Amino acid sequence: MRVVPSARPRKLAKVPFVELADGRLQGVVSSGSDIGRVYVSSVEAGTYAFACSTNNNRPCGGARGWFCNHIRALIGEAVLQYGAERVARYLKVEVAEEPDADAVTDAMTATRPAQGDRSAAAQVFSRFLRHLAYLELEPTTAPLPEMQWFPTTRAVA
Amino acid sequence: MRADLLTDAVDGLDEALAAVDGFDEALVGGLLRPRPGQADGPAGLADAVAGSPLASRVAEAAEKAAAGAAGEDHFVALAAARTALLGSVHDALTARIEEAVDRPRAEESGAAPGGGEEHAANLRTAARSWLCDLARAGWQGIDHELVGGAAPVVSAMLPDPALRRPATLLDGFAAELAASCPGATLERVPVRRWADLWSRALLLTLPGASAAPAVTEVSGRLLPLGVDVQEHATAVQAQVHAVFEPADGGASRLVRASVSAPKPDTVVGAGLWQLLRPHMSLLGAVGEGRAVELDAMPLTAEGDLLWDDARARTGEPAEVFTTARVALPTAPAFPTAPLDRHPARIAVPVLLEGYAVEKEDDGTVAFEVAGRRLAVDTDRVPAAGPLTPEAVASSGACVALLRWDAGEFLLQPLAVERTVRKKAVAVHAGAWAGGTTDKAGVRAEKAATDAVKVLRERAGRLLRK
Repeated sequence: MRVVPSARPRKLAKVPFVELADGRLQGVVSSGSDIGRVYVSSVEAGTYAFACSTNNNRPCGGARGWFCNHIRALIGEAVLQYGAERVARYLKVEVAEEPDADAVTDAMTATRPAQGDRSAAAQVFSRFLRHLAYLELEPTTAPLPEMQWFPTTRAVA
Repeated sequence: MRADLLTDAVDGLDEALAAVDGFDEALVGGLLRPRPGQADGPAGLADAVAGSPLASRVAEAAEKAAAGAAGEDHFVALAAARTALLGSVHDALTARIEEAVDRPRAEESGAAPGGGEEHAANLRTAARSWLCDLARAGWQGIDHELVGGAAPVVSAMLPDPALRRPATLLDGFAAELAASCPGATLERVPVRRWADLWSRALLLTLPGASAAPAVTEVSGRLLPLGVDVQEHATAVQAQVHAVFEPADGGASRLVRASVSAPKPDTVVGAGLWQLLRPHMSLLGAVGEGRAVELDAMPLTAEGDLLWDDARARTGEPAEVFTTARVALPTAPAFPTAPLDRHPARIAVPVLLEGYAVEKEDDGTVAFEVAGRRLAVDTDRVPAAGPLTPEAVASSGACVALLRWDAGEFLLQPLAVERTVRKKAVAVHAGAWAGGTTDKAGVRAEKAATDAVKVLRERAGRLLRK
């Protein structure tokens, strides 16, 4: 039995990293204009307090008073990766049955959420780097008997 | 195959599992402080091992746990007792399978484990302390802070190949717990599963528990039967089950060859094959339906080949169903290492023919074998492959792994044979392991390549600043 269904495949160019963790939907969004820059964006579960800043901790110009395009892209990709229902449940968003990304976003913006502080950005960015570091780890041909507890499954999120 | 033996009750099984379940229930609420009824679980476990060498240590641990005063050694003793009980369940089920499939019995090798040096003791200590905190909090007491405590331990362990086993287990376990936080509002707790992962992880923190195994070098022909894929968000393992025929004319044996890799959670489907493919040429041979010639390949006493591409050469075509019909019946498996004995570990290759298929409306499939119903776990077949539940449901012969889960034996299909225009056509779960020309497969491969390319580009730009 898998407790966490595996992620659905999605294109990673725009939003290379998305996760539901630490009570937030958080992730990293590539800048549309500068390939060396990324935005660290997040929305808190329950309050929908949002934050968006660059990896150098400069505030995002778009996230003044409302969700910027980075945060909207983040929500869209989270819905692709985890399914709208799981995203809505994690963020505690009340939506109709079979919601989509727009419905989830609209339900949050309708509550006029406040801008949150950017204190979590450094932590989110370091989690993204940790995530990337998995690609650098060497595969092994020594057996891992413990993986028997994690069968593959055709079911996705 | 005598399917009747697989559906009949196994003596003592219910009693052993009841003792396990009782203890597992105590982990739901946690063992931080005494609570009414809490003594029963640990005490039941102690009773169950009262006739074993563990008796006195577990009895003391159970007492301390009931009083909310268990220390690390006590938790380890309880985990050991639980593992021993499930080991006995494993043995009873394995004996039953040997009878049912009527294959020569695996002789005990009595091989000593390899070097048990205290490697990275500080990391093991840190893991143990996190696991004990979990047991105190209980599954209902987990929160992000507690679960997050595993992350630094996992990050430090993962780069060290000698610690890959505990690291991969802790990583998958912690991710599951994190997705279930806070525990206080958890509707359903996977009680036995989490207790399994917890006790397994705790024992792996002990010196020698995951030491490198002793090996012998073997040469001969390897005839693949199929591929089993296991994955969690940040790890994947492919295991090839095969019959090994020694070049010296000795008896054939059932063996496995494994390749595993840590991965980002966005690498899925065909991307898993892409990660593993370059590290084990056997996957290519499986995809092409060929045997592999081994030259001095290391083999453990458990029947695991420690794959090295330099000691393998792809050989003649070898049809899986021919292997299953001709070579499998006389190939015994190696015995499982004492610490690894657990029902979840059971995966015995079997050939089934002449069954009737039962297909429910909800898509579940079962085979009626010699008048007995055996459930088929089609969900356990990798998505990046051509073997669909529909193909299984329309099959006339099947090579499968016989497993046991939640009180019953299950079949995990590795390959099926269907009759198309009066000809037998085989469909393999691992057909795409070495690559594919299938249209859907090519699309999936392309998407997976792109995903990894993006991540590598991002890593190159951001990781080493």
